[in-house]
Amino acid sequence: MALDKDGIAKRIAQELKDGFYVNLGIGIPTLVANYIPEGMEVILQSENGLLGIGPSPNPDEVDPDLINAGKQTITATPGSAFFDSSASFAMIRGGHIDLTVLGAFEVSEKGDIASWKIPGKLVKGMGGAMDLVAAAKNIIVATTHTDKDGKSKLLKHCTLPLTGVNCVRRIITDMAVVDITDAGFKLVERAPGVSVEEIRSATEGSLVVEGDIPEMNF
Amino acid sequence: MNKVVKDANEAIRGITDNMTILFGGFGLCGIPENCIKALAATDIRGLTCISNNAGVDDFGLGVLLAKHQMKKMMASYVGENKEFERQLLSGELEVELIPQGTLAERIRAGGAGIPAFFVPAGYGTEVQGNKEVREFKGRMHLLETGITADFAIVKARYGDTRGNLIFNKTANNFNQVMATAGKITIAEVEELVPYGTLDPNHIHTPGIYVQRIFQGTNYEKRIEFRITHQ
Repeated sequence: MALDKDGIAKRIAQELKDGFYVNLGIGIPTLVANYIPEGMEVILQSENGLLGIGPSPNPDEVDPDLINAGKQTITATPGSAFFDSSASFAMIRGGHIDLTVLGAFEVSEKGDIASWKIPGKLVKGMGGAMDLVAAAKNIIVATTHTDKDGKSKLLKHCTLPLTGVNCVRRIITDMAVVDITDAGFKLVERAPGVSVEEIRSATEGSLVVEGDIPEMNF
Repeated sequence: MNKVVKDANEAIRGITDNMTILFGGFGLCGIPENCIKALAATDIRGLTCISNNAGVDDFGLGVLLAKHQMKKMMASYVGENKEFERQLLSGELEVELIPQGTLAERIRAGGAGIPAFFVPAGYGTEVQGNKEVREFKGRMHLLETGITADFAIVKARYGDTRGNLIFNKTANNFNQVMATAGKITIAEVEELVPYGTLDPNHIHTPGIYVQRIFQGTNYEKRIEFRITHQ
């Protein structure tokens, strides 16, 4: 049974380590914040100038000067820090973020990612995505394995305009955990109840399957 | 030294057709509301506007667009403004989309006298264009150039009569760095105080960068997505 969005987020949260500084992109990645293990300290960075994103504010706490990268109102945790945009991206570009999680339209078997533009239809701009994927040392893509028309998002080559090249190392989908190696996509885990065959037919790029593939452990 | 002006109308004096202007803000957070309104009330046209975002249809920079005062927009994300996206797709408006971090660093470099620098963002994408590419430590980088503008218009929480500025929380964003890169920098502030009031340890933008300052009025401070804890 393929995972839902929260299932994907729960599996990604297993990649977190105590003391990690993390940047979560818009969409499914933001849900990861809801599944940080009890007792683990993880500090969330917001590209618009905050280290220490807290939970959503109570209605009487809403502050128009305190928003996240998605322009949503947030709070700041105790021990947080505010800084300007150039300092924020210096932090990102300088490789200081331990984990970056973002969504994608397509990922290629060489680790290319397309996540920002659909020509003629969606040209909103790339925001901070290109900076994040170009410099991040640990990038996880959170996505459905196929799009709403059933077309694979794990491809031999991306067809859409790229956000970055050769930068993704791990993809966590509703069906599987897939790593990117020199030999292409490598299947690491299956979602509970999902077979290797189902994953193979949903993956257009080369998929390496070695030995018994364990199920995700929740 | 008198940097204090009466209001936005006085502050924007000297802005003319076809100028390049930096506007602070991230989304609608920290935007110089008074100056944008004042510009929208003029006949100034052909502006090249540099800002991270493009406002929404009826607020922020979207107002300048609706009045056809903009020739070109340089931004990292224009998605919250439907009219922008439409004008971009139809070709009516010239738009240069720049990765947010590269945009911030280009502005910082412009104000800091650095004509060009290398960053990895955009390598292998359409952002690369014809830019010079160089390898450093086994990774590919693009040559990007510093940005300066005729005017920079920024918004701060506190300012003093010498132009020193303090920003509030995430309303800083691009304001701090843009203040350094305008030939003339205009600062509108929520609270203008006599110099000597602000703690020198807490200044984000030293007054050297600011030429005109005034206390703004009637800040709407719109919220794009009001999310609360249920």
